[in-house]
Amino acid sequence: MNMSFGRLARHRLAIALSAAALMAGVSSASAQSVIKWLHLETNAERLGTWQEIAAAYEAEHPDVKIEFQFLENEAFKAKLPTLLQSNEAPSMFYTWAGGVLKAQMQTGAIRDITAAMDADGGAWRNSINPAAVAAMTFEDKVWAAPIQSGVVSFFYNKELFEQAGVDGTAIATWDDFLGAVQKLKDAGITPIAGGGGDKWPLHFYWSYLAMRELGHDGFEAAKNGEGFTGEGFVAASQKLIDLGAMQPFQEGYLGATWPDAMATFADGRAAIVLGFENTATPTIQRGAATDGEGLAQDNIGRFPFPVVEGAPGLITDDFGGINGWVVTTNAPPETEDFLKFFTNAENSAKIAERNAILPTTIGAEVGVKDPSMAEAAAQKAQATWHQNYLDQDLGPNVGRVVNDMSAELAAGQISPEDALQQIQDAFSLEM
Amino acid sequence: MSQTSSISAPRALSARTPAIARRKSNRVRGTWPVLVLFLPPALLLFTVFVILPMGEAAWYSFYNWNGYGLPTQWIGTKNYELIFNNGAFRQALINNGLIILVSIVIQIPLALWIATMVTHRIKGAVMFRLLFFLPYVLADVAAGMIWRFVYDGQFGLVAGIFNAMGMSAPFWLADRQVAFYAVLGVIVWKYFGFHMMLFVAGLQSIDKSVLEAADIDGATGWQKFYRVTLPMLGSTVRLSVFFAVIGSLQLFDMIMPLTGGGPSNATQTLVTFLYSFGVMRMQVGFGSAVGVVLFVICVVLAFSYKRIFMKND
Repeated sequence: MNMSFGRLARHRLAIALSAAALMAGVSSASAQSVIKWLHLETNAERLGTWQEIAAAYEAEHPDVKIEFQFLENEAFKAKLPTLLQSNEAPSMFYTWAGGVLKAQMQTGAIRDITAAMDADGGAWRNSINPAAVAAMTFEDKVWAAPIQSGVVSFFYNKELFEQAGVDGTAIATWDDFLGAVQKLKDAGITPIAGGGGDKWPLHFYWSYLAMRELGHDGFEAAKNGEGFTGEGFVAASQKLIDLGAMQPFQEGYLGATWPDAMATFADGRAAIVLGFENTATPTIQRGAATDGEGLAQDNIGRFPFPVVEGAPGLITDDFGGINGWVVTTNAPPETEDFLKFFTNAENSAKIAERNAILPTTIGAEVGVKDPSMAEAAAQKAQATWHQNYLDQDLGPNVGRVVNDMSAELAAGQISPEDALQQIQDAFSLEM
Repeated sequence: MSQTSSISAPRALSARTPAIARRKSNRVRGTWPVLVLFLPPALLLFTVFVILPMGEAAWYSFYNWNGYGLPTQWIGTKNYELIFNNGAFRQALINNGLIILVSIVIQIPLALWIATMVTHRIKGAVMFRLLFFLPYVLADVAAGMIWRFVYDGQFGLVAGIFNAMGMSAPFWLADRQVAFYAVLGVIVWKYFGFHMMLFVAGLQSIDKSVLEAADIDGATGWQKFYRVTLPMLGSTVRLSVFFAVIGSLQLFDMIMPLTGGGPSNATQTLVTFLYSFGVMRMQVGFGSAVGVVLFVICVVLAFSYKRIFMKND
């Protein structure tokens, strides 16, 4: 019980003590700068590429040492506030931009990299996709170095679709989609793989539905103060309830994590998954499947989240993540230089090619060799609007409520009005 | 036995009082240096790590604060209003109550029953004792993860059993109606060994001659248990219940890997609620308020229990 008390305060003291102990060792070590790189990457292949780039940088700069520190995703989110305010703060850490980055900015715990971006006539800034830089910009200052952005879309198992007599390429509206789900069910196939235990995989549905119902202007108005209780949000929430009522997800999906859901899709136990841009790549399929193989790439089709007929949302309105690296206030000055090196076209292309990401560095697209990734890149290039994940964009509190409510709506445990009121309550506290 | 001592006690006490007082004052004088030497470190640690954080939590609980910088946005008792209007918090309270109930109604009787069996000189009693105690030795997080696999409807042990019987496997942890009962099962499995050990120790301290006397008087096995063993185990039972209550209020590490409080908050406990709604949402003010409520519940329960049930122990 006491554990819960003043966790922060005690943590601070504990960290201060251990930091004091560490300092004694560090100061005597040498004049070498240490860049502490806090990440949450569990994929060994990706980490390997990063380590290679870090080693290349260290070779060029013998006075800089790059140290990798790992925290698991949820632990990372929970510990970061305390960590950033301690003497043990990392030099750079991962970000999803949005409200969380903004909250971090307001604390003074992180450093804006505008000067580094604009040095040499803006060499670094101009090397990166302007929309990505804009996503990291608050109060005209750049707060993180963008590395990648993505787009969430539907992926489907062509073989299973064929068995059920569904044409994946013909799904354009929400009604088409529901029709496909019904056909799959009738054919005895589990239509959708869902990760309701992690909740955020279901927030993809709610977010996209709300985007389709409200369109760009309506959605922005909501975020800028109009709130989340309007008609469009009720309609979107109702659609998620209706989808859930068809029982389209695999059995036990409310307890399933995202890896569980991905395994369900990659094993061919469900026909559809609403997933990240790299879902169809062999790397991801191998990592996700129970047999270590997954679906063959030519067996996976892809379609953007369908539109709602009569609603203002466009099929080219994209939803997906944007990621980057944040520099902390007390990081060694070489951190920005390293990030510039890390995000240069050559390194970005290398990462894109090997590790199935869509780079934000201009000219690094040449590294996107995978056909399904190239398709996602093409969709992104035509985007009329790119909305960041709501659980990042709206900040940690409202974001978590959105995730919770998405799971509740899909499970049919709450009415649209009650769910939206909860989101609105959290939102009004933030305003 | 207790009757004779209670009758003779007052007379003996009154005769000895002055001598005791004198000896006591000597003892107090003798303990002063010890107090001065040994109290400050403990007091300091206790203040820095317990009292101060508690005060801080109480202070944060009146702010809307995300943990960055210093709290500035005073919102009065809003956090407390939010807590008591929160359905997940009510569910957590109910769940904690259920854990206590199951501990008292199922876990402790089970532990007592098994304890009476493994204290008999039967073959392999020590081994059985060890076997039943093993789950308690296991780390809570490990137990949670193991049972997540056991309950898994796709690849788990439960699924295997159901499939072997030709039935489709249930997804207990994903069913909000059933999930908490599945969790309760794990709790009983995990902690009954601990209560069993308490009872084993209690049973071993019972004077064998009392039971032999009962034998001679012709008491049946049940009578011996109900009239002799159980009353003499009274303080152990009360202690066991006390640990069950406190354990329920602390339950966290096992729930997180098992269900994370889901589905739909059906398996939240007070501490997992604090974590998911306070820490994970970076609502440190709200989380602190939950901590304060939890603290009050703990203090009230602990003190009233000690006052009412354990005053003679």
